[in-house]
Amino acid sequence: MKKQYDEKAPATDPSRRSFLTKLWMGLGVFALAEFMGVVISFLRPRKSKARKGSSDVVITAGPFDKFEPNSVTAFVRGRFYLARLEDGGFLALSHKCTHLGCTVPWVDKEKKFACPCHGSSFDITGNVINPPAPRALDMHPIIIENNIVKVDTSKRLKRSEFRTEQVAYPKKKA
Amino acid sequence: MIPDRLSLFQRIRYSIFPGTVRSAKEARGYRRFFNSLILHFRPRSVPERTLRLTLTWGLGGMAVVLVCTLFATGLMLKFVYQPMPGNAYDSIIHLQNDVLFGQLIRNVHHWSGNVLLIVVFLHFLRVFFTGAFHAPRQFNWIIGLGMFLAALLSNFTGYLLPWDQLAFWAITICTGMLEYIPGIGKGLQELIRGGSDIGPATLSNFFAIHTAIIPACLVVLMPFHFWRVRKSGGLVVPRSPDEDPGNRGESVATIPNLILREVVVATVLIAFILLLSVTFDASLEAKANPGLSPNPTKAPWYFAGLQELLLHFHPLFAVVVIPLVIVLALMFLPYFRYDANTAGVWFASYKGRHMAIVAALTAVIVTPIGVLADEFLVDFNAWMPGMPPAISNGLLPAVLILAGVIWFYLLMKKRYAATDNEAIQSVFVLLLVAFIILTITCMWFRGTGMKLMWPW
Ligand code: HEM
Ligand code: HEM
Ligand code: FES
Repeated sequence: MKKQYDEKAPATDPSRRSFLTKLWMGLGVFALAEFMGVVISFLRPRKSKARKGSSDVVITAGPFDKFEPNSVTAFVRGRFYLARLEDGGFLALSHKCTHLGCTVPWVDKEKKFACPCHGSSFDITGNVINPPAPRALDMHPIIIENNIVKVDTSKRLKRSEFRTEQVAYPKKKA
Repeated sequence: MIPDRLSLFQRIRYSIFPGTVRSAKEARGYRRFFNSLILHFRPRSVPERTLRLTLTWGLGGMAVVLVCTLFATGLMLKFVYQPMPGNAYDSIIHLQNDVLFGQLIRNVHHWSGNVLLIVVFLHFLRVFFTGAFHAPRQFNWIIGLGMFLAALLSNFTGYLLPWDQLAFWAITICTGMLEYIPGIGKGLQELIRGGSDIGPATLSNFFAIHTAIIPACLVVLMPFHFWRVRKSGGLVVPRSPDEDPGNRGESVATIPNLILREVVVATVLIAFILLLSVTFDASLEAKANPGLSPNPTKAPWYFAGLQELLLHFHPLFAVVVIPLVIVLALMFLPYFRYDANTAGVWFASYKGRHMAIVAALTAVIVTPIGVLADEFLVDFNAWMPGMPPAISNGLLPAVLILAGVIWFYLLMKKRYAATDNEAIQSVFVLLLVAFIILTITCMWFRGTGMKLMWPW
């Protein structure tokens, strides 16, 4: 009986078998991809929890007339420079070199930012004077309320070069 | 012999290896068992000619010894080291000042790591120049490249761990290079740094990669590598260019012939590492300060060639395109079609030796000229104001250099009526020497602001 059954059983169809093998392999690959996805999302840096408007993120620089025109003030904690241009406008420049990320000091004598790492330099508006840096220093948005200058360090604006509309001006006293 | 007649010591031994003291015959059996433990991945006998120092220079064995030392000392460091930015630096200071032999262990780890890279690089060169990448050893070349990468990444991730100024800024600029990869660069950089800046997350990432992931990869890859050596019938048999490749010469017993040589190489190497370690301390500068970059900031020496490229090319080409092309070329190297099987012949043939010297001299002359010209004369960027820098400072010089290399290949092939083994080898030598010169330039001929200057 059993033997008969065996004889009658259709020979396993090679294409069906290979289909099943492929299906298993496909599932395996899928499971692997899923696993990798979990690993990557586990490792992905979480967005910083700091709330908008908290004192850690928005740094109060002070009243605007405290800053001389054509001067640069360092804010170490906020990792930026507040530059006041000749015409009285403000720019908040990130202290990170756009080349590979070294911290650029302001050289007051030569009125430029000079990166110690590979010799890039930037002018007071953040524009590149000397490569290898490929673009101007990043900026942070500036808020001027009641003549007090504040800088929102949670936002970092990339730009290729300085344009006048990037400058924040204090409201002229009426 | 009956166990209770034995001394206490013999009885303990008997309990570990039962049956080993029964008779002279079985003692021999035990000895055979012990020998096969030593043999392990090695065959019972090896061709006498593969034992010559001038084939392997003992380099593969040295790499194994160094990896073992690194594992041993690394595990010891792990007991003291604390992977938190606030504590890392202080834990190293504590290790050096308060822990018995702490400084020595750190030095041994430091020097073994650095020497490992040199040894693996030389091993890679010996494998290439003896033609040991031809079939059936093609895949072992790929595994080797994988281990090369592992050794490089181990050194790189270890570099950050002391958390001093040197470490912090070198890792900052090296991970800064990732940003230039189009599309995924920024994401990849944040993944590796665990945020947008180097910080606590970076340190714990690097610590996990350094002390778990890469060691695990090496533990898998190394036995695979040795197994492939055996599956290929042992090492290539060295021969002079006009000798018949079929002739394997005499075989000798592995124990003691091979084992003795391995032990000698290992002992001399360990002595050398200890000597280095008692003479030169691993450096430790001031604690990392994210607000102050030292001048100049250089990448670790093994990435100095890359950093030098970065001074000449647009980062997209210096960091992504050129390294990628080179790595891919190395990976496919064993799979090209070759005119001849030169396995076992140093530098492929007499002609190959001659061509290699010509290629090396060419690189010695051309590379410094190129560096100087780019520094003082050529400025595609300024000459073509309308072009994006990725083209004027990246694609254009890269294509010019590629054309130069292809021209060199064709010229060598024609001038010497060479096989492609010999011509490809001469291109390899050209690029190799150029790379070494770039590395030296960045390490010793660049000073403040990365300007070219004399090292004295
Ligand atoms: C941690 C890194 C490495 C270790 C521990 C290692 C270890 C070894 C050892 C012990 C041998 C046999 C003896 C000798 O040639 O000295 C060997 C042979 C070999 N290795 Fe490696 N190796 C490493 C890296 C590499 C690299 C980077 C390559 C090339 C890309 C490579 C390719 C080969 C090949 C093709 C052989 C066979 C050589 C022949 O048959 O003559 N290995 N390796
Ligand atoms: C191929 C293997 C390895 C290489 C090439 C390597 C390389 C390095 C290097 C270059 C450093 C920096 C040392 C310095 O200059 O300060 C380092 C540090 C360190 N490594 Fe490794 N390592 C390896 C394996 C391991 C393993 C297996 C462990 C532990 C399980 C380990 C634990 C550590 C620790 C704790 C440090 C920090 C201590 C210090 O900086 O001195 N390493 N490693
Ligand atoms: S990081 Fe500033 S020039 Fe390279």
